[in-house]
Amino acid sequence: MTKNLRVKSSEYIDETNRISFKFNGKTYHGFKGDTLASALLANDVHLVGRSFKYHRPRGIMTSGSEEPNAIVQINPGNNRTEPNVRATEVEIYEGLEASSQNCWPSVEFDIGGINNFLSPFFPAGFYYKTFMWPASFWEKYEFFIRHSAGLGKSPTSSDPDIYDHRNIHCDVLVVGAGISGILAAKNAAKNNFKTLLVDEKNELGGSTVFENNEFNKINNKTPSEWLKKEIEELKNIKNLEIKTRTSVAAYHQYNYLLARENLTDHLEEKDKTNKIRQRLLKIRAKKVILATGALERPLIFNNNDRPGIMLSSAIKKYSEFYGVACGSKNIFFTNNDSAYESAMSLYNKGINVEAIIDIREQSESKIVKKVKEVGIKIYWSHSIVDTTGYKRLNSISIMKLSSDGTSVTGSKISISCDCLGVAGGWTPAVHLYTQSGSKLKFDEEKKVFLPNQNTSEQISVGSCGGDFKIDEIIKNLNQKLKDTLNINETDLDSIKVEIDHENSKRNIWLLPSDKPLGKTKPFVDYQNDATAKDIKLALREGFRSIEHVKRYTTTGMGTDQGKLGNMHALGIIADTAGVKMGELGTTTFRPPYTPLTFGTIVGRNVGKFFDIFRRTPMNDWHVENKAEFENVGQWKRAWYYPINGETMHQAVQRESKAARESAGILDASTLGKIDIQGSDASEFLNRVYTNAWSKLAIGKCRYGLMLNEDGMVYDDGVTTRLGENHYIMTTTTGGAANVLGKLEDYLQTEWPELDVYLTSVTDHFATASLCGPNSKKILKKIIPDLDLSDENFPHMSFKEANIGSIQCRIMRISFTGEHSYEINVQASYGKDLWKKCMEAGQEFKITPYGTETMHLLRAEKGFIIVGQDTDGTMTPIDLQMDWIVSKKKYDFIGKRSLYRSDTMREDRKQLVGLLTDDPNIVLEEGAQIVSELNQSPVEMLGHVTSSYFSPNLKKSIALAVVRGGKDMMGKKLFVPMENKNINVTVAKPVFYDEKNERLNA
Amino acid sequence: MFLINCPYCGERDQQEFKAGGEAHIERPKQPTELSDDEWAEYLFMRKNIKGVQFERWNHAHGCRKWFNMVRDTSNDEIKAIYKMGEKPPSQ
Repeated sequence: MTKNLRVKSSEYIDETNRISFKFNGKTYHGFKGDTLASALLANDVHLVGRSFKYHRPRGIMTSGSEEPNAIVQINPGNNRTEPNVRATEVEIYEGLEASSQNCWPSVEFDIGGINNFLSPFFPAGFYYKTFMWPASFWEKYEFFIRHSAGLGKSPTSSDPDIYDHRNIHCDVLVVGAGISGILAAKNAAKNNFKTLLVDEKNELGGSTVFENNEFNKINNKTPSEWLKKEIEELKNIKNLEIKTRTSVAAYHQYNYLLARENLTDHLEEKDKTNKIRQRLLKIRAKKVILATGALERPLIFNNNDRPGIMLSSAIKKYSEFYGVACGSKNIFFTNNDSAYESAMSLYNKGINVEAIIDIREQSESKIVKKVKEVGIKIYWSHSIVDTTGYKRLNSISIMKLSSDGTSVTGSKISISCDCLGVAGGWTPAVHLYTQSGSKLKFDEEKKVFLPNQNTSEQISVGSCGGDFKIDEIIKNLNQKLKDTLNINETDLDSIKVEIDHENSKRNIWLLPSDKPLGKTKPFVDYQNDATAKDIKLALREGFRSIEHVKRYTTTGMGTDQGKLGNMHALGIIADTAGVKMGELGTTTFRPPYTPLTFGTIVGRNVGKFFDIFRRTPMNDWHVENKAEFENVGQWKRAWYYPINGETMHQAVQRESKAARESAGILDASTLGKIDIQGSDASEFLNRVYTNAWSKLAIGKCRYGLMLNEDGMVYDDGVTTRLGENHYIMTTTTGGAANVLGKLEDYLQTEWPELDVYLTSVTDHFATASLCGPNSKKILKKIIPDLDLSDENFPHMSFKEANIGSIQCRIMRISFTGEHSYEINVQASYGKDLWKKCMEAGQEFKITPYGTETMHLLRAEKGFIIVGQDTDGTMTPIDLQMDWIVSKKKYDFIGKRSLYRSDTMREDRKQLVGLLTDDPNIVLEEGAQIVSELNQSPVEMLGHVTSSYFSPNLKKSIALAVVRGGKDMMGKKLFVPMENKNINVTVAKPVFYDEKNERLNA
Repeated sequence: MFLINCPYCGERDQQEFKAGGEAHIERPKQPTELSDDEWAEYLFMRKNIKGVQFERWNHAHGCRKWFNMVRDTSNDEIKAIYKMGEKPPSQ
């Protein structure tokens, strides 16, 4: 049976634009302007979901982002599907589909509902207490727990939408476009502050636009009428940018805020394509004006969670703003006057209000008198003790409340109804305020936490600052605006306000029932099914910290972060433990205020934009020649060049042989290059490298090892002296940026007296490394007039030359052990240089090789790779590189650490070579090394750091770090693998051409 | 996300900067004359206090200059920024 509960047309609902949508497979109709929640309510659908733990039927509770119950899956089965969306925030469009979550097979009949009847067995901490033993069973428990837990389903295919980021800098950011936000933004903009006004809803005005209490007047108009005119005027104000459907998710220090702007979620499927769906706004504001309003609190009583039980303010909004009656027999339950406003709103629209239950003894305000006049029955000093109706509220029972509020007396009265509006007072939305680091203080009179100690340039205005009545709001807003914007007058000076005074208050965090607490279900956190009983149990079990109680009972840990119930939880804890709420404090409010999609967070940084990558000038050639690439730092480096379907192993074997037998060429452009100039450049190098530099002649190259101050190897590379005060340093590919940073650090902070200037020139040069016995002939073909004799251009020296008109710097240095040249040209000539080398090398079958072959060739020579054979715990001594550590230099970075007792231990892990007894077995890099096989526990001596099959030696070779390895030459060790033990022998960490004869071949 | 007033460039977003640990720890001029303990004091020991702390920062993605900052770690208030070599402001 579907009833139509539309009451009277509202200006926010376009009744000429009928929209059909599906909920749980059934088609319904609503109008343009409806949210999913208002459209469902208009169709008399209250039951929309099941609670998390007990699977209790739940309905729509609120009209905004604080909704705990009505969370739905949008567009199930589609790749735009989104779980955990609040039905109160979804604007309907033609073709929208939504479904309930956390129920099976359907929301009407949910097997999990059995948990409700088993609820005595699910106290707070049930999972912690039950699934602890035996510990080994956890994996089995986990499978079932994970299966039954979880709200909604994530999409299984990739997201078709585009997301974006935008940086915004403004003078004033106003968060929330209710009456306070609008007035604040207007006055800021008018005073030439560049102002941004954001609101999470699609319409401006907040709750004031449906404020209908006839006894409240602004300039003799109702507040809603007056504010609508103000909103009209905003259009003509310069300096003001307004963003609706924009929710501030996070407020960080120094007025840095993140907001999510929703652009297409309210559009039909066909209009979503190729548009930005959501945009993350990164806002840096000079001043922030928080006008986030207040959230109405429910009341905590037995069975307060049935579908049909809603916030009083939500019922008012549905009737005034959406033109929807939430029920045909309405009752309100309240501790303040706001429920009377809601009751009058319904009454004026011809909707039946049965009664108002008020826990106060009386109230004298005009609105209360009006309610009495129209004949609505009021039960003073009464409380609801129970409700009935499984899938929809059908009655309430009330009893007289004792004067101390802890018990009920007299006879029980039952009243039938289908909708109950609860009004428990207002909680300022201080979430963003506290995220910014600012501190709250409890206001005993208003029973709320209020902004107290600001840490950044910010103000909280309107109800989020504790001003609930229009006269207070205008007065305080006016003063705060003048103070914070430093202005003398505002629009607000001339506003005249009349208000209906509320003079009676009564606050009871947990309302009593005729039944003992153990037999009742007063829900505090609706989404996670935490009741007052659970909170009291936690206290009995010894939990005291509010943060611990929260985690133990899961109060406030749902997707709504307990926006409705947190204050009650605090109140109940304070009352039970006998402490003041102000002393108890609050739990930490963490971002995001409402959930963000992953898409919004990553923005455009997906696919190939996920991470920055760098390509060398020769990259196109590598791609054309079918190279496979590997990532080295951010660089895409040619890894190997397979021909005719070769595997990596086959390609590397071929490339390695070619480089030693004839000629090979490597793209070495990625090596870090730092240009060092200044009169103290030599002294600087002396201090940063382990070896001596003062005597290096101009035009000569030297290998250097750089340590950290702790004595561990940090980086290495060849540095060339280009002139008296001019060097060029090369670093490892991955270490370039860090080395430059470290050198700058020492120069600026420890040795500012040195006259040295550092410039990164990595990207300015392209480098081709030409190697092999025919490399000299090839270079000769390219640069015929350069004298390449060993006398003129020996190993470890440098020449400048021209290839045609291209200037180049050539270093005769070698990382392979072969006769080789590193040719550097201006980056833009890199590809040209490479092609020239390939052309000239054709007759020698020059073979391009990638990083894998480079690694193999250097391993044959026992040259280390920092970061592969070292891991930040290796000293040069550990690497058996004592030869590079100057004994004469008084100091260099890390020198003192080489003489620490720990770094001088004999049994440190040291670099050695390993040869497998079976030359065909290649060890796995990272494999562990032991000396005993039948020992338990087995002592781990070290691990393999580099391992290859050498085509030139026709056997397997490996480098490893082994404890005390230096003194183990020839010793037999073992590398135990999953299904075999590999016998290995310790060798010197150099396997090929130990005497370096090939360098001059 | 802090807003840091680089003494050379002006106010910039924190993402342009790198934190460099405790400030005013001078590298010993004669390391070889220190005992293991004295050297370890320089090498490893750093304060991590709740409250006002002196720190080094580097405008890594900007002018690359190092400078000092006085920051209250309990609320991230930046109390002062001054150049390398300048005297720290008195507390």
